[in-house]
Amino acid sequence: MSKKQDKKHQQLSAEPSLDFSKALSYTPAPESSAHIRLKKQYDLFINGAWVKPSKGGYFDTINPATEQVLAKVAEATQEDVDKAVKAARAAYENVWSKMPARERAKYIYRIARLIQERAREFAVIESMDGGKPIRESRDIDVPLAANHFFYYAGWADKLEYAFPGKNPESIGVAGQIIPWNFPLLMAAWKIAPALAAGNTVVLKPAESTPLTALKLAEIIEESGLPAGVVNIVTGAGATGAAIVNHPDIDKIAFTGSTDVGKLIQKAIAGTGKKLTLELGGKAANIIFEDAALDQAVEGIVNGIFFNQGHVCCAGSRLFVQEGVADKVIRKLKDRMASLIVGDPMDKNTDIGAINSPEQLKKINEYLKIGVNEGGEVFQPNCSIPAKGYFCKPTLFLNTSQSHRVVQEEIFGPVLAVQTFRTVEEVIEKANNTPYGLSAGVWTDKGSKIFNMTTKLKAGVVWANTYNKFDPSSPFGGFRESGFGREGGLHGLLPYLKLR
Amino acid sequence: MASTSTTKKPTAKKTEVASSNGQAETKQTGSSRIKVQKTYKIFINGQFPRTESGRYYPLTLTDGSIVNLCLSSRKDIRNAVVAAREVQEKWAARAGLNKSQILYRLAEMLETRSSQFIEELQLMGATKEDAAKETETAIDRLIYYAGWCDKFNAVFSSVNPVSSSHFNFSSNEPTGVVTIVAAEESGLLGLVSVMAPVIAGGNTCVVLASESKALSAVTLAEVIATSDIPAGVVNILTGTRKELLAHMANHMDVNAIYLHSNKAEEIKEVETLSALNVKRARIEFVSNWFEPKEENPYRIQDFIEVKTTWHPIGI
Amino acid sequence: MGNHNVSYQPSISPPIDQISVEERCARFQSRSIKGETKIAGLKLALSMIDLTTLEGKDSEGKVKQLCYKAMHPHDAMPGIPTVAAVCVYPTMVRTARKALKGSSIKVAAVATAFPSGLVPLKVKLDDTKFAVEEGADEIDMVISRGKFLQGEFNFVFDEIAAVKEACGKAHLKVILETGELSTLDNVRKASDIAILAGADFIKTSTGKIQPAATMPVTLVMLEAIRDYYYETGKMIGMKPAGGIATSKLALHYLVMVRETLGEAWMNPDWFRFGASKLANDILMQLAKDQTGVYQSLNYFSND
Repeated sequence: MSKKQDKKHQQLSAEPSLDFSKALSYTPAPESSAHIRLKKQYDLFINGAWVKPSKGGYFDTINPATEQVLAKVAEATQEDVDKAVKAARAAYENVWSKMPARERAKYIYRIARLIQERAREFAVIESMDGGKPIRESRDIDVPLAANHFFYYAGWADKLEYAFPGKNPESIGVAGQIIPWNFPLLMAAWKIAPALAAGNTVVLKPAESTPLTALKLAEIIEESGLPAGVVNIVTGAGATGAAIVNHPDIDKIAFTGSTDVGKLIQKAIAGTGKKLTLELGGKAANIIFEDAALDQAVEGIVNGIFFNQGHVCCAGSRLFVQEGVADKVIRKLKDRMASLIVGDPMDKNTDIGAINSPEQLKKINEYLKIGVNEGGEVFQPNCSIPAKGYFCKPTLFLNTSQSHRVVQEEIFGPVLAVQTFRTVEEVIEKANNTPYGLSAGVWTDKGSKIFNMTTKLKAGVVWANTYNKFDPSSPFGGFRESGFGREGGLHGLLPYLKLR
Repeated sequence: MASTSTTKKPTAKKTEVASSNGQAETKQTGSSRIKVQKTYKIFINGQFPRTESGRYYPLTLTDGSIVNLCLSSRKDIRNAVVAAREVQEKWAARAGLNKSQILYRLAEMLETRSSQFIEELQLMGATKEDAAKETETAIDRLIYYAGWCDKFNAVFSSVNPVSSSHFNFSSNEPTGVVTIVAAEESGLLGLVSVMAPVIAGGNTCVVLASESKALSAVTLAEVIATSDIPAGVVNILTGTRKELLAHMANHMDVNAIYLHSNKAEEIKEVETLSALNVKRARIEFVSNWFEPKEENPYRIQDFIEVKTTWHPIGI
Repeated sequence: MGNHNVSYQPSISPPIDQISVEERCARFQSRSIKGETKIAGLKLALSMIDLTTLEGKDSEGKVKQLCYKAMHPHDAMPGIPTVAAVCVYPTMVRTARKALKGSSIKVAAVATAFPSGLVPLKVKLDDTKFAVEEGADEIDMVISRGKFLQGEFNFVFDEIAAVKEACGKAHLKVILETGELSTLDNVRKASDIAILAGADFIKTSTGKIQPAATMPVTLVMLEAIRDYYYETGKMIGMKPAGGIATSKLALHYLVMVRETLGEAWMNPDWFRFGASKLANDILMQLAKDQTGVYQSLNYFSND
């Protein structure tokens, strides 16, 4: 953001009334990266072996907090993807689909355990490669990823109990494309249910965050999983397209933007491939007057600033009931002033680095748009590192439904705030979006909670909490936020045929 | 196939139909009486308008008579979707038991009019036995899904044992407005077998009936109109896939589409257009609708969305 | 310090969500306090301690020893602050006053029939006046938990207001005895009652009931203080007491104060620890920092 705008923001920002600047300011507490093992260059993991890319291309993956290159990663071409699909097909036909389900389960359990053993290494690499605070990768991403494998491992030999009256059968080869916001966790969300259901996998991690998926490949290698059951190919959009368009893939699972999701849906039209999409969102987080306000403020912060706001289910539209709006905003501003933005590797960092320069640019464009639309901006007076890609947590106050910062997914630490008067009004506004991934409701009244949670058009509704995830809990969207569920019993269905 | 019509042309056609049909009828009613000829209309929001396009297509029946059916346009789809959207949340909000009774009532009414359905199916080519079987199976299928209205959510829901101190459950909500491109080959049973689970799940629908077997759909609409199904929950259009398929698939206020087809180009078109708004596209080809496996609650699940709700457990 | 509140309406107290409060506390505890921050934090925590002895068998000798410890926490190490206050029963106030002469350490007295508070108001007021006359700078009173749980909020309010009046110039700390209040909603209500009725400080516990101070309870009380500050601009002090025995936990409390109320509260005027074992643990940590080796309690005086 330009200096000129920064100045404008300062003028518009109400001073926080509590001062968090000096006393007991935390000495840097960086997580050590001494124990992690990163290769200088990563090849493709195909058929249980590390394979050089057919055209010999490699790209850099960088640390967004330092702008330093972490490793070179192979660029998979169509030829490489074809190799991976062939391996997956062979593994499916000859090994995986024939293996007794409970043996399949044991391999998946083993992967879960190996992730737990190397949890710290995964957390550090996740934060280095993606910019998320080490606290989050350590406490959320990595344990959830391990738990996801552990959870689905147990389903492998119990599938017939999940679908009464049906005989569930595996589909075949699944092509899976995942985003950069939760690199390891999304790999787990994709691979674990696919394997449990008896499918084999070709997975492509995002080009800006491939490292933990490649470390996962190392673990898979270590686990002794039969060659070709999981293949990991790195690359950008062209590699993804090669997976989507490959004729021998039976199922595509994609997590990412709604725009790309639509392209994929279109691309596989008429091919008979099964599809699940987990796409964008613009979730309403609704605070009623009778809510536990201090906890609601925590929920707002967790809703939009978790993982720098790079969360499809982020609570990016805040609706506060009129009577408490001033109070809530004042509390929120003070809370934001206590957030620590900076080095993702510091254990005290609350908001890390924006994942890529492209994403930072996009967020900054929205900040300009929001200002031009007349939104009142607040950013706390915190410092951000000079190097790396960072964005201060930002509020746009006094916005309306027709503002672009209210309608469009920004995927950054930017919250658009509106007030409301009645229940009917806020339901109407909350549902007034093509998305439908998630929503939040904060009220102390039980009957109001159920009224709201049943009327909000969203696949996940958090009442008096926000951004909670669990392997046993189905996740996925209504409307343009996608279809199919990940997690829980319902997360099996996308990887099975019911006969 | 007819094109855009003038007001005179259909009148002329109708006269023709009346005369060709009249031979059979004269035996019953005596020569002195002119039989009243039926105008086949489409069904939108509980009413029977003519297609806004004013066009028709003729359908030749096995007795040699020809009837004219509305050749619906994309504007009819639009109107039907508006009606379906308007009522969808209210329909979904009705108690499962209530929806169940409403579907059961529809079956009751079908039963009392079964002779008409059997007769029409024969006029469209079925043997008497097949016509009777199709009608009876359609009635039974309605009753089958009537029973699911207040049960499927129990079967497809879950309480999820999350690790944190939260109560977490997943339940089912309707996808919303569904367009149904019904089976071409099975005019009554093919339609009922899809329409029933779609509305049992709380969705509302806009159906494009079988082009060649449209009489059953029109009669079904007449039964629905006098049943307890609220206006707009089911809307039934007649016309051609060729003209309407794209509009059934590309409407931005439609949440899901059912297409019964085994034609590659139809499937591709529907799936491609569905991507415009991430529409759920359910595509299949059922060769034998009588098979018991064709009635199951997973047809309801095809048009529901799983919603997961979290709440802390504390004091 | 006149206040114009004459009663308490429960509707002013917001509901509290226990699980979210616990999650927030876990976040405070995930802060990593290292290096200079840790040393500064430990010294700050030491300076905030109300060194306490509240036993039936307390003797003048014990109180004198405690006062010496308060003034000379560990003379072997230079640059160590004194504690904030010594907290004793009213009959020991005079002894403490005398022993602390020349220092800036305050004398706090528990009064109002501590710890149960189950005596008539008149007795409570006499107890308070006695302690003040003996020279107490601060009075730590207990609320009538039974009345509170019965819903007689204004009985509790009136008692606090009366004790406040009896305190005269002495500062009033109101002990909610949160371990008997059962829910965080009740903790919030009791905090609001105490603040509106004239408390200078609100305090979690007597130390005689388990659980004593916990982070969730303290957070809810800090939030009540914050809301009152937002509303009136007036600051109220906070004292968690009992159960805070380790340096690490004390640092987490400081993190909580810092991130809830900000730096204005980060001094002994506005935040205290009611503790007896904490001081030595802090001293051991400070010594470990200076010497580089882990310490034994045998090298620190136990008064």
